[in-house]
Amino acid sequence: MNHPTHVLILGGGTGGTITANRLRRMLPSSIDITVIDSSDTHVYQPGLLFVPFGLADPDELMRPLDRQLHRGITYIRATIDTVDTVRKQVRLAGGRTAAYDVLVVATGARLMPEETEGLNGAGWEKNVFTFYSIDGARALAPALAAFTGGSLVVNVVDMPIKCPVAPLEFCFLADWFFREKGIRDDVELTLVTPLDGAFTKPVASRRLGELLESKGIKVVTEFNTESVDRDAGKLTSYDGREVNFDLAVVVPLHGGAAFVGRSPGLGDELGFIPTDQHTLQSRVAPEIFAIGDAAGLPVSKAGSVTHFEGEVLSENIRRFLAGENLDASYDGHANCFIETGFGKAVLIDFNYETEPLTGHYPSRVGLPLLKESHLNHLGKLMFQWFYWHTLLPGHAIPGITSDMPIAGKHNVPVGAK
Amino acid sequence: MTTATVDLTDIARNDEGFFLDPEQWTEAMVPALAMFEGIIDLTDRHWQIIRFMRSEYLEKGTGPTVRVLGKASGVSIKELYQLFPKGPAKIAARIAGIPKPRGCI
Repeated sequence: MNHPTHVLILGGGTGGTITANRLRRMLPSSIDITVIDSSDTHVYQPGLLFVPFGLADPDELMRPLDRQLHRGITYIRATIDTVDTVRKQVRLAGGRTAAYDVLVVATGARLMPEETEGLNGAGWEKNVFTFYSIDGARALAPALAAFTGGSLVVNVVDMPIKCPVAPLEFCFLADWFFREKGIRDDVELTLVTPLDGAFTKPVASRRLGELLESKGIKVVTEFNTESVDRDAGKLTSYDGREVNFDLAVVVPLHGGAAFVGRSPGLGDELGFIPTDQHTLQSRVAPEIFAIGDAAGLPVSKAGSVTHFEGEVLSENIRRFLAGENLDASYDGHANCFIETGFGKAVLIDFNYETEPLTGHYPSRVGLPLLKESHLNHLGKLMFQWFYWHTLLPGHAIPGITSDMPIAGKHNVPVGAK
Repeated sequence: MTTATVDLTDIARNDEGFFLDPEQWTEAMVPALAMFEGIIDLTDRHWQIIRFMRSEYLEKGTGPTVRVLGKASGVSIKELYQLFPKGPAKIAARIAGIPKPRGCI
């Protein structure tokens, strides 16, 4: 057989772009690399958090998708209909098909407000908003500016969600925003979460819980939202509890891309791809891989995760094409800056084995972990530059490795790596 | 009629009441474990969920979340909360002798 080898990457977001650019450098030009995405715009999603507070301009978070892809990569703008895992081809809306030798699913997570009673249909307006999309974040800005007091509720409908710390950050920034406006005493701020604490990992949950308390932000836990009543301004949980609001900022249910659900055997119940947590090869077929939010892995759906996965994924695809063992291994490394308002941020760093700990990152001399500092806020701001100029092109950030570092951390459990 | 004895004395559980070793679990323990969760009338619907939790765990290494239960178990989320009012995924996982569902990351 002598046909050219096709690597097909579905999705041109963080994971798809990093993978395409890394592979283009690693693979000979005889191997064709194609990215398919229904959008022609790349959104810097970490910036959405700042839009409602007037701290970021939505237009500056968006760039042309094709401009982030290096020379020698083909970009096709099309809607994906289904993946035929048996015939190894992707069917596009309109009937065209694209064959693949290696398929990378990098189509991220999709917001599914229609799955919650009261969030279906009406759009984001009046008293219920989200900041998890460009349009939602844009619409929320004037509503926050016009808010003069009352109950502001931040509600996570259910896990998993992109960036599990973003709802906390929204609370911290709202506290700051209303203090600056001089009306903080007139605003009741409440985080309503399905989790049993502020965060899932014990040490970080405790520290972040203390931070919420110190800022007078209430937390309602283990609340699985059944419905949102816009007219009455009320959230109701499946176990019958109610939370009243004047303004609700909702993080809707997330699922995988729609085509995953339409493709027999490709995804799990929520539309994510069952994936080996170390090799990033899917459990669906050996030639199918998944990265980032699209992958069904026990990790946060976050850009840092995708970034660290990218190095492992591209190396394993190179090995797969060469007929070698897939021994590049992802350790579950994740880190994130958590904006806490007043120009400060907290940094957390963790992996599959080791929860977020205190100390410094990436080594003894570095940014403070699990502690509010101005330096971390600057780190978060600087990160946007690294995202466009280092991360998407598929380079490592100097000093930042895909394996989680332990030098500089306190109370590291024996045997942790 | 002999007395049915269910021995729970050697079961190792963590602070939150989840089995440390799912191998220690047997179906015979279910009525007693359910009773400790406040469920006296154990119905076929309860059993359906408990067996589903168990098989999902054995297959995937983690129990399903409420949302996945609602999609895949054949019982709606609404009914799941009627069966296990204090939180379906958590309570059913304890009764099924499996670790805390890992969905919340």
